[in-house]
Amino acid sequence: MTSQTGTWLYGVTDNPAAIRPDSFDHLTGVGGGKLHLVSAGGLTAVAETVSLAEFGETALRRNLEDLDWLESTARAHHRVIDALASQVQLVPLRLATVYREDGNVQAMLSEQGARLRASLHRTASRAEWGVKAYADQPAAARAEAPRVDSGQAAPGSGAAYLRRRRVELAASQQDRHAALVSAQELHAELASLAADTRLHPPQSAELTGSKSAMILNAAYLVDDQRAAGFRQAVDDLRDRLPLQLELTGPWPPYSFADAGPDLR
Amino acid sequence: MTSSYPADRVPAERVTLPADRIALVDLLDRVLAGGVVIAGDITLSVADVDMVTISLRALVTSVSALADHLPPPADTNGMPDDS
Repeated sequence: MTSQTGTWLYGVTDNPAAIRPDSFDHLTGVGGGKLHLVSAGGLTAVAETVSLAEFGETALRRNLEDLDWLESTARAHHRVIDALASQVQLVPLRLATVYREDGNVQAMLSEQGARLRASLHRTASRAEWGVKAYADQPAAARAEAPRVDSGQAAPGSGAAYLRRRRVELAASQQDRHAALVSAQELHAELASLAADTRLHPPQSAELTGSKSAMILNAAYLVDDQRAAGFRQAVDDLRDRLPLQLELTGPWPPYSFADAGPDLR
Repeated sequence: MTSSYPADRVPAERVTLPADRIALVDLLDRVLAGGVVIAGDITLSVADVDMVTISLRALVTSVSALADHLPPPADTNGMPDDS
């Protein structure tokens, strides 16, 4: 049987009664439709019926390459999860988790029950905070470098160029080493305030638009009661360490939904 | 404070910025690489690694399209980047 629609999933909760009924009127999903709930085995998935012409496997492969589609879909997926996570404890599911029909979602909830409950338990009363660290003033080393060659060789001579490059490279390596040491101190202190941590790959400069190299892209799972202290710690570290810090959050616990290695 | 997403509320009174003001790269780090990974019927053969790779390739080849979503560079005085 070929169905024209599938079921897109957002997240799973064990307390659907806490979702405000008007959420189902106000929230619109990735396909522009309304949300519905699918329950089995004491767990409930938040779902949307979507067209397979847009969200089927072939279409997904094509659409994921389309930045505009990817962005609007990612934002819609997040908007639903974020709105519901403010009302009820919800473990987010990865973007593009799609089933052929609600019955298959029920089978999944039964099969994956233990894993989903563990995830709910691990993230209860906790939120994710993101901290990105950039090396401070990356150009400082290069600003020193021109003095080395002035007066020693004609501008543009090969020897002067090589001398300047050696100094620049050595200085930039020292800068990088110092930044890494600071990032380790930062991560250790923030990890001590968190229940868990994850390290994402640093984002490339062309994506961040920053001239400074990102040296840490971390996520911290923080007890709600310790959130204010965590944010204060970030502010203190920003003053103390030679790093530029960006704090984001609170996020639904995306980075901690699946059990993974504790990187502390 | 240079936070890209001024977080001035604690989660208990959780008021987050609209999704369209979150940096896209931060969002993709989470919705593509995070979340519980369950093999749905439809995405069964789209391995999660593939998905992230496909999507990031789309990102990198569309950097100019992305520029609208990014904060301005920290340093705009034109210091050449030799990395």
